[in-house]
Amino acid sequence: MKLIFERSRKGLRCATIRPLEVPSHNLEKKYLRKDVQLPEVAEVDMARHYTELSRNAFGVDSGFYPLGSCTMKYNPKINEDVAALPGFTKVHPLQEEETVQGSLHLMADLGADLAELTGMDGMTLQPCAGAHGEFTGLMLIAAYHEGRKDTKRNKILVPDTAHGTNPASAVMAGFEVINIKSNEEKGVDLDDLRAKVGEDTAALMLTNPTTLGLFEKNIEEISKIVHGAGGLLYYDGANLNAIMGVVRPGDMGFDVIHLNLHKTFSTPHGGGGPGSGPVGCKQSLVGFLPNPSVIKNKKDEYEFNYAKSSIGKVSTFYGNFGVMVKAFAYVRTLGADGLKEAAEHAVLNANYMKAKLEDIYPTEKRFCMHEFVIDLQKLKNETGVSAKDVAKAMIDKGIHPPTMYFPHIPGVIDEALMIEPTETESKQTLDEAIKVLRELYELAFKDPAYLQSAPHDMAIGRPDEVAAARKPIVRFEGEY
Amino acid sequence: MANYLSITEQECEEMLATVGVKKCADLYADIPVTLKNKSLKIAPGKSQQQVMEDLEAYAAENVVFNSIMRGAGAYDHYVPSVVKYLSSRSEFLTAYTPYQAEMSQGILQSIFEFQTMICSLTGMEVANASVYDGSSAAAEAAFMCVEKDKREILVPESVKPQVIEVMRTYLSRRNITIKVLTEKDGYIKDGKIDSAKLQEVINEHTACLYMEQPNYYGVIEDAEFVCEMAHHKGAKVIMGCNPMTLALLKSPAECGADIAVGDAQPFGLSISFGGPYLGFMATRVNKETMRRMPGRIVGQTTDAKGNRCFVLTLQGREQHIRREKALSNICSNQAHCALVASMYLTSMGKEGLKEVATACTSLAHYAAEQFTQGKATLKYPENNDFFHEFVTVTPCKADKIVEKCAKMGILAGLPIGPNEILWCMTEKVHKEDIDKVAEIMRRA
Repeated sequence: MKLIFERSRKGLRCATIRPLEVPSHNLEKKYLRKDVQLPEVAEVDMARHYTELSRNAFGVDSGFYPLGSCTMKYNPKINEDVAALPGFTKVHPLQEEETVQGSLHLMADLGADLAELTGMDGMTLQPCAGAHGEFTGLMLIAAYHEGRKDTKRNKILVPDTAHGTNPASAVMAGFEVINIKSNEEKGVDLDDLRAKVGEDTAALMLTNPTTLGLFEKNIEEISKIVHGAGGLLYYDGANLNAIMGVVRPGDMGFDVIHLNLHKTFSTPHGGGGPGSGPVGCKQSLVGFLPNPSVIKNKKDEYEFNYAKSSIGKVSTFYGNFGVMVKAFAYVRTLGADGLKEAAEHAVLNANYMKAKLEDIYPTEKRFCMHEFVIDLQKLKNETGVSAKDVAKAMIDKGIHPPTMYFPHIPGVIDEALMIEPTETESKQTLDEAIKVLRELYELAFKDPAYLQSAPHDMAIGRPDEVAAARKPIVRFEGEY
Repeated sequence: MANYLSITEQECEEMLATVGVKKCADLYADIPVTLKNKSLKIAPGKSQQQVMEDLEAYAAENVVFNSIMRGAGAYDHYVPSVVKYLSSRSEFLTAYTPYQAEMSQGILQSIFEFQTMICSLTGMEVANASVYDGSSAAAEAAFMCVEKDKREILVPESVKPQVIEVMRTYLSRRNITIKVLTEKDGYIKDGKIDSAKLQEVINEHTACLYMEQPNYYGVIEDAEFVCEMAHHKGAKVIMGCNPMTLALLKSPAECGADIAVGDAQPFGLSISFGGPYLGFMATRVNKETMRRMPGRIVGQTTDAKGNRCFVLTLQGREQHIRREKALSNICSNQAHCALVASMYLTSMGKEGLKEVATACTSLAHYAAEQFTQGKATLKYPENNDFFHEFVTVTPCKADKIVEKCAKMGILAGLPIGPNEILWCMTEKVHKEDIDKVAEIMRRA
């Protein structure tokens, strides 16, 4: 594919603006640059260019996307329409409060729905993504302990199966990270937890269901251990899709949570963002939520509230408002029952695929939640075909590969594929994917080289990632 | 009421039978019964038609102004139809982060093109695939500058107040101090950083200066001089910029900045009550800066057949590989907003962007002149120029002016003091509306 710069031809124009109605002003020369280099194309060139790029991209609308931990469910089109209403898009973030009642009203209602769904007492919508939410939640935890003059709590406990963002967020929030081992059932090893929890524990970060797609059965005991030591429990909401409407993190003992509206609440991932990562908390932490929060005053009007005890701001304005509008439409369309139904079918779809694959692809014996991890170590030992090879071969079959090599516990799980079908996929789609995975398994024994060189039918083969990192080319340096 | 499932009752029965349970609820056997939900206080589901009507009602509670003369970090520009149409293609919208390069070349190439355009505008050599907004970009850039013994960040109060607030939150628990340089203490003179005074405050513990060009008051700083002074004393400079100004103004690299950051919302993204916007970061290339840049970076490489292709590269910096040793926790970014920005820049092209920027600055200068025909004055008239934002001082209260403008369907500038208003003109503002406001200002 040509780069847009390679399509540029001097003098071409695309969009045009209204002719100037006032005298043209020339800024002082000492402030000015000589020229600026940008592509020059006609509108038709631009349309063809980006349409070509889109044909070389793959979204949920293109096909099955069982990318574990990412909840690639269908993104309803009504979400896009409501977020594009001029009443939302043409509103300035610094307008006077009485002129933005609709936005504030929506934020208050969405916050209340999310708090109810998760069993929390307060909710901020300001974080722009899951990791941003983690950072925000951990800052609340720090403020909570400091508020109680309990200043020795500088450690965050993180299971070895946790998302990479968990330890990275803990460090950003000024904590030290202590890893907790997994037990044989791939849950938290309670003995290791008991040994490591103490007066310096600020919190334990946990995903439940775990990153192996299993419900952490010992959650009540874990909660007792951590709270008994004076620590708090943080809920990574990446896997909420399995349990929404079924069980609430707040009822499991979690004090702080973050959600991913771009996973659980059907807003599109956009090729990597924008997301939205609301953070909820129990009453004892509400005063620390980022400024401003939205409240309803005595006159029944919505307004911003700035709390002195707040951790401060985490975004320029109020977060990714457009994403909130989409998630709100989703919550209001499904309602309490629909959200629960979605969770149940996410779990059914995952268990159906698991049941049809587990005779050849080893996985945990229990019912899984919304996703499951298959371990390809045995296949690799017998055929030389790795998890990556199987994943790449799925591309030729029009299926986006599952998450590869996560979770990774060296010596325990080294060849993981994490499959999350989501609730919006049909039985036909699942059956087709099951067929593909079974065929690839057989092919691994017959023709391993074919899998090891997959994909074969795409515009490009496997890229040389080593070369890319060794001598980085990160921008187009040619003439145009 | 809609649930977006694609399953018939019969299929559901078959699937439950395969799994070996009677109903879906049986799959939750691992969850202690005492924990399971009773009923939730969330409204019952509604039809799509009703939800559309409900959301329209929420939107109708907002006031949409016909003319917006307010900026201060959110800029109302014309968005060409071609940008809206192409960016809404669902292959772009419904894709995940391009982990699988072979089926994500379109996304990867679009990010590579975005990085190239940001480098072109800033004069820098490497840009990342975006961060959340201009404030988080500034905070992340501060992390890049901090060293073991250099842990103080200088920030003049002439930058956007929200950026200072976000930086404070980000840095507060990392043993990094922010020193705000105030006008009261003489660090800001005539609305600009006083370079001589700046030199006095830089010491061996100063990591960097964060400045904005133009600054919050709209004033164009003597950026080259400021950078020179900071470098002379061993401090780095992070320059926050509204990238629209870079169509005309000297690039951060030309001014001598080490890192350029900002919010590219003006490039095709609607103001949308504050988000989603688009934080960008760019810097010069050396081993150190490449390693310390947060977020995704797309690089060019080849496949086995020698075809040019693009991949996420230098991932050794990122949280999913380095975990607690990662420099930043960022994972999801604002990729789709970056796509919109690239499309906007493509649609405008080099001449178009200059035209937009020229229209902004011309309308702003016309407005500044018209607004000060009566008793209103410019707050920083001395030895200064501005791009498209400026501050007026009026005898009458700023709120009164805002109110009068609102009655005419015009969102006035932002009151930043009892009698001070920060105005912004973009190419969308009509001369006719400026003249109407000028009439109000004359009587102010």
